[in-house]
Amino acid sequence: MSGEITWLRHNKVVLALHHLAAGDGLPLLLLHGLGEKTSSPRHPWAAWPGPIYGLDFTGHGASTVPAGGGYSAELLMSDADVALAEIGPATIYGRGLGAYIGLLIAGGRPDLVMGAVLADGPGLNGGGPGPVSASWFQPQPSDGTSPDPFALHELAHDVRPGDYAAGFVHLLMAGSALDSPIAVVAKNRPSWLEAVAREPGVLATSEDEAFAMFAQ
Amino acid sequence: MPLDHPKPYPGARRPDKSWSVDSNGVSIAAYQWGEDSGRPLLLAHGGFDFAGTMDGFAPLLADEGWRVVSWDQRGHGDSEHAALYNWESDQRDGLTVLDTVTKDAVPFVGHSKGGGLLMALAEVRPDRITAMVNLDGLPSQRTVPDVSDRERRRLMAAEMSERLDYRRTAHEGIRKPGTLEELASRRAKMNPRLSLDWLEYLVPIGAREDRDGWRWKLDPAMRFGGFGPYRPEWGLARMPGMIAPFLAVLGLEEDAMSWGTKPEDVIDWLPSGARFEALEGVGHFVHIEQPRTVADFVLEFLS
Repeated sequence: MSGEITWLRHNKVVLALHHLAAGDGLPLLLLHGLGEKTSSPRHPWAAWPGPIYGLDFTGHGASTVPAGGGYSAELLMSDADVALAEIGPATIYGRGLGAYIGLLIAGGRPDLVMGAVLADGPGLNGGGPGPVSASWFQPQPSDGTSPDPFALHELAHDVRPGDYAAGFVHLLMAGSALDSPIAVVAKNRPSWLEAVAREPGVLATSEDEAFAMFAQ
Repeated sequence: MPLDHPKPYPGARRPDKSWSVDSNGVSIAAYQWGEDSGRPLLLAHGGFDFAGTMDGFAPLLADEGWRVVSWDQRGHGDSEHAALYNWESDQRDGLTVLDTVTKDAVPFVGHSKGGGLLMALAEVRPDRITAMVNLDGLPSQRTVPDVSDRERRRLMAAEMSERLDYRRTAHEGIRKPGTLEELASRRAKMNPRLSLDWLEYLVPIGAREDRDGWRWKLDPAMRFGGFGPYRPEWGLARMPGMIAPFLAVLGLEEDAMSWGTKPEDVIDWLPSGARFEALEGVGHFVHIEQPRTVADFVLEFLS
């Protein structure tokens, strides 16, 4: 199983879902940071008992690099949902941008996300809590290799208001079977994550403790 | 020589030319009413419309010497169904189209989403705009009527779940076929103030005829509504700093596509010296319901 890729369709994009490890129990779905891909030098999840999967977001890794940009965090949320449709209920470990997407999909699918671990990584900050001065980006024509420069640009300044992020915690808490379905392990706390960490039911803890809690 | 149309409508004229533009790998259909020697002007349609909805309004500007350049936004009309959509990509597409005509600054005229889109483009590329005309695309801070937090959360959860479900199978989406008259009637639900004759005129432009009937060309992956962090007041905040002369036209009659914006919502946010026209008894499609009146506003303003 390890090393295999399942190819998943999300509208016009083909997503790469990597099978990283076999196991018995609840699957763990890894969501990488901005500009990264599934393979990561760090493996804090090594002791996870269940199968482990990693998803390459649109424009990243082995997934399709679409033409012309147009990224949003909500689109990547659907990427993660397409992976959940394949593997079923899972715990999510998200790095950087993947932490934010992990929060969104946890709120969107509280019945499928059995805990979300939000960790440091590229793209954790996003574009801040409100609109910033507009920027203009017109890259050279893409040669189709990842990461997509449009993704690097557009997903680096997506706006993340604290109350918007906290709204996903509310949705998750209303629909989750877990008492504490979110573990914030990131040391960096941009305002959206600070708002999330303040919500009842959100634990600030270590990666080891978070994995131990959700693996049960 | 204007493009052909099988079913004429009084006052409507197809563009004088059309061409295709490659916008970072996405094929965009561009159009022009008027002569190449005219003064260029960039015109943007609203969401779920297409440039052909300007067939009644754009010729009135072209006939006064303007070279009216427009485009089908990605996923709309004859432009490519892209993998991804957001406002930044729409802005890039629009400027890429304009670049094929001129690299100079020109007036921007936009309806509804097109108005907001061009105001956003004006902020990021002030070097390319000489004047801004917003046709019933003014944001407001109004929100949905008050509902309890619990009810709001239930609605949001239901909408999000439904939307995620739809995205899982978006690649299988195909628009429902029908006769030309059926497509016009369906569109009338969202455009209740526009005549069926006009809507039937639009079908052969915005729809294609398959073996089993006509289908709107609009990307089936695109849907009304949605969720995200955007707040209308961020669009309002953009307006006071606009240095280009500004004309705003607001239809006061609410209809299915109206944004619910009232004059009092926007007056204080207009840039200094802005001209504001509120039309009684006119709905969201100000340029279709009252093409002559609105064109005269624009022509006078730009003169």
